[in-house]
Amino acid sequence: MGIFEKAFLKSLWVFHLATGSCNNCDIEILDCLTPRHDIERFGMLLTGSIKHADVLMVTGAVNRQCIPRIKRVYEQMPKPRLVVAIGECALSRGVFMQSYNCPMPLDHVIPVDVYIPGCPPRPEAIMAGLLKLIERRKTNHARDGRDA
Amino acid sequence: MAKTIIPIGPYHPLQEEPEFFILTVEGETVVDIDLRIGYNHRGIEKLCEGQTYDQVTFVVERVCGICSTSHPFAYTQAVEDILSIEAPPRAQYIRTIIAEGERLHSHLLWLGLAGHFLGYNTIFMWAWKLREEILDVMEILSGNRNNYAMFKVGGVLRDIKKEDIPSVLKKIDSIVPTLEKLRSAVMDDPVLHARTKGIGVLSREAAIDYCAVGPTARASGIARDVRKNSPYGAYDQVDWNMIVTENGDVFDKVLVRISEMFESIKILKACLTRLPGGEIDCLVKEIPPGEGIGHIEAPRGECFHYVRSDGTNRPARHKIRAPTFMNLPTFRETVIGGKIPDAAITLAAIDPCYCCTERMAVRNLKGRKLYTGEDLIRLSQEKTDQIKAEMGR
Repeated sequence: MGIFEKAFLKSLWVFHLATGSCNNCDIEILDCLTPRHDIERFGMLLTGSIKHADVLMVTGAVNRQCIPRIKRVYEQMPKPRLVVAIGECALSRGVFMQSYNCPMPLDHVIPVDVYIPGCPPRPEAIMAGLLKLIERRKTNHARDGRDA
Repeated sequence: MAKTIIPIGPYHPLQEEPEFFILTVEGETVVDIDLRIGYNHRGIEKLCEGQTYDQVTFVVERVCGICSTSHPFAYTQAVEDILSIEAPPRAQYIRTIIAEGERLHSHLLWLGLAGHFLGYNTIFMWAWKLREEILDVMEILSGNRNNYAMFKVGGVLRDIKKEDIPSVLKKIDSIVPTLEKLRSAVMDDPVLHARTKGIGVLSREAAIDYCAVGPTARASGIARDVRKNSPYGAYDQVDWNMIVTENGDVFDKVLVRISEMFESIKILKACLTRLPGGEIDCLVKEIPPGEGIGHIEAPRGECFHYVRSDGTNRPARHKIRAPTFMNLPTFRETVIGGKIPDAAITLAAIDPCYCCTERMAVRNLKGRKLYTGEDLIRLSQEKTDQIKAEMGR
């Protein structure tokens, strides 16, 4: 593991993209920042700009209006880029599977590294998912995020 | 002076209903606001028509994560209206308990975000830390943190265990001192007064014209609360006060919400101590053709559901009107004429869960200037710092 990788994994900056979610997953992501869970102790920070982000956290049942926007955001991300799908909607569209406005799940739009199930996932689950992502990169089992 | 257009939105991570604001500004003053809604459309009303009555309860729970009780509550009331039945008293009390717990956590969530927009991150952290305690209470009562899944047509799905009640009451009591501290921190701070008093005023007449609902209307002096005006659940059996203030500015909206939290605690404690015995649901056989309405007071205002049945096991039409839909147009009254640093808090004041930090951009028509949402919040926070410095605090 080179020096870049070491530094990278200790300071993952996270960008949060809501693509038609019901707010629950988004609140749980914010909850990770607050005193009880405090995700910043792992070096993670919610960033306001996609151009500063290492991890893209996507919530919500991807709807028709969002699909081109998700692709655009993903293209603007600096490499290496990692994608985390949060919540049942982003994984499989959940209860919105039959909706006319939600044509495909997230991993048909962009490649996804970690799936965190739950409706909504608890903050602990979100943290566990992100830590798993770090762990997998350390052991070279993850996609390197430089493709596509 | 050249006019500048500020697009805000459309994807706000914490928005109840995603929307897109177009602010037109002249220098520092907002001269026009336009808004588009309809983003994040998931086709829930259509989806409900394809589900059975019992499944719809869970679909409407996912309309909004913060109001995950209000929508099933209104929906079950609408179906019970078709059936002309009422849930048993114990179920009514349990529904009231869950709804008030939701109001508590929703108002705390809003208070935290409002504090963040004003540059008081301490309030954000305090309020969200306190909110965790309420989520714990909800977890004890329902087994879930956010989507409680407590509702069904004709009653509730889970009972509240007798042995849980003392620990829940203790937990609620432990919230009160911190909430008092939070209230005095907000009420006694001259900087917060300077930032919120007289900002984003919605007059009583304008509130009536725009059909504002919920805390937005009550802050403007309209004494309208579904819980009082057309009582449902157990609200007519416990003692509580409707909070109404006169000025309609951002400060009053904060005041209404903070005072409502204390009323919610009052209702919660009364319901938990006087929880009647008996069944928690009643038998529902066939739903006859007909139509029914259900309306309840969600944390943000009146939430309205209309269901039409054609005698099958699925609704023929399901119409949802969320409170923010009524409150959004009031922006024309409150934001226009204000300054850009005040826009963030004024837009947040109706509680659309305005947390669009990363999806907001200020763009000069000539393409020279680019502010992001962060810049807007920074401007707002800088103004607070400036007032702090002037006051010597």
